[in-house]
Amino acid sequence: MAKGPVIKVRDLVVGFGDQIVLDHLSLDVRAAEILGVVGASGAGKSVLLRTIIGLLPRREGSIEVLGVDLAKASESERRALERRWGILFQQGALFSSLTVRENVQFPMRENLELSQRLMDEMALAKLEMVGLVPEDLNKFPAELSGGMTKRVALARALALDPEIVFLDEPTSGLDPISAGDFDELIRTLQQTLGLTVFMVTHDLESLYTACDRVAALADGKVVAEGPLEVMLECEHPWVKTYFKGKRGGLLADRQLSA
Amino acid sequence: MGEVLLTSQLKGERLELAASGSWTAAHAGELETLVDGAASQAAAAKNVSIDMGGVREFDTFGAWLLERLTRAWSSSGAKAEIVGMPPHDRNLLAEMHGVNREPAPAAAPGNRIVGALAAVGTGAAELGKNLLAFAEMLGAVGAATVRVLARPQDYRFTSTVNQLDRVAWRAVPIILLITFLIGGIISQQGIFHFRKFGAELYSVDLVGILVLREIGVLIVAIMVAGRSGSSYTAELGSMKMREEIDALRTMGFDPVEVLILPRILVLIIALPVLTFLGCMAALYGGGLVAWLYGGISPDIYLSRLTEAISLTHFKVGMIKAPFMGLIIGVVACAEGLRVKGSAESLGLRTTASVVQSIFLVIVLDGLFAIFFASIGM
Repeated sequence: MAKGPVIKVRDLVVGFGDQIVLDHLSLDVRAAEILGVVGASGAGKSVLLRTIIGLLPRREGSIEVLGVDLAKASESERRALERRWGILFQQGALFSSLTVRENVQFPMRENLELSQRLMDEMALAKLEMVGLVPEDLNKFPAELSGGMTKRVALARALALDPEIVFLDEPTSGLDPISAGDFDELIRTLQQTLGLTVFMVTHDLESLYTACDRVAALADGKVVAEGPLEVMLECEHPWVKTYFKGKRGGLLADRQLSA
Repeated sequence: MGEVLLTSQLKGERLELAASGSWTAAHAGELETLVDGAASQAAAAKNVSIDMGGVREFDTFGAWLLERLTRAWSSSGAKAEIVGMPPHDRNLLAEMHGVNREPAPAAAPGNRIVGALAAVGTGAAELGKNLLAFAEMLGAVGAATVRVLARPQDYRFTSTVNQLDRVAWRAVPIILLITFLIGGIISQQGIFHFRKFGAELYSVDLVGILVLREIGVLIVAIMVAGRSGSSYTAELGSMKMREEIDALRTMGFDPVEVLILPRILVLIIALPVLTFLGCMAALYGGGLVAWLYGGISPDIYLSRLTEAISLTHFKVGMIKAPFMGLIIGVVACAEGLRVKGSAESLGLRTTASVVQSIFLVIVLDGLFAIFFASIGM
């Protein structure tokens, strides 16, 4: 594992028109940790994620992922880097014309030269790792439930054994039990595969069960960063309300008394 | 390449393997060949050991191939042991130990003749389904019309005006341009060929009758099917995909009344208007070409035109227009509601909508030709 931060964001400014969403934001993601990014709706969590993976342009600042500066990287360096990360989009973003199996095999087919047998075995292995059964293999995304869609999307994100996984609200739209299972799944996979996980979330429960560190976004900046204990001590009004409010407070009490 | 991933050494009944390098996704292709080779070698050996100490990188691809190897050994009766593996990699291997135990279900049975026959069958069934969907939509629109007539205050005029703007008003420039060009082309061809026997003037008859009776309305209908029919299908289809139509229904609205009736009504109004404008543009284009290319002055063109055409020709064209609008609208909306969850199905349905409505418009035109001939129009 590489020492130092895996993702290094410095003085990042991102905006649309007159509106500045991220204002000189700096953030580090360390190797083999699960970082949870929280913030109010519209605080720019998803914008940050999309900027890091290169879907949105930035105005200022630098982003370094696995030691590669995205602004200076050549086309081939970028492509090589893209193979080293996997992304789970909020709605799954499965290819609707491909079956579950083909969805998971898609990155393998495009990037590696493998026999069909090995690809079939690996697709099934990945799907079983995320908790699906072989019967689901030939289904189309339209036939899947919300939880299954997320699982297949996670399997696809893990298809090439990436070093970093970006998760955009992985538990949104899941019932609390499925969400809990999903958190645990992410935790287990992170430990067995040694992943670095960058997770945008709204789910307090996820922060408690899955995350090593939390970064809170407000006013276009990271206003608090660290393990949960640090977050609970934080005096920033939004962070305070989030963690000590009605819903957060209950969890915090339960967690601390446990 | 160039990196040695697996070496083997046979010592009596004992096969010793040493793994090294990167057992990762990037090398999985080569590694698979090596692993399959090692699996067959082991048939001769009673004992196998594999030393994973030299492996630098190890991921699920490597772990699975190692698992596959040990499964092959244990099924051929050899005793296998794995040594020198760091605990972290052992976890990964343990994870792989549980997977792929059941064979994956086959994707699809691949009998070509059966497949071809099935395609013919589904094609025929699809034809029936299309007809059924068309009839169903026609019926639903009819029923909705009756309901709306009973309480006209509920009719959505705003939506109708909005659609009218999109379907009729904004279509005017492109329809004028295309029909103008078509009129010009017909005129030019007529003059070119009739000139051989000195009958240039008859090209005016050709333009007048052809445009008013057939070409005007057909061109406009085809343009509208491509322009508005496809957008109706795509719109309704994506609304269906995003459950907007279900939402309407649960709020007590009838989607046919709210979404479909205004759209179809707009097409029924728009087509005659656009046909009229199209015919005028085509006649204008024909006249311009007759003057510039054929030397037929505008005065002669107009007087020849009044002799050649009658109100009947104009009526024949215009009577057809609203029916074509109805067909395009019904097909487009029926196809829109047949969209299923995937993006592919949206594309498929939009294509089907345009192809079917153009086909039906031409069939209808043929039926009208028979009808008008038999009543002497």
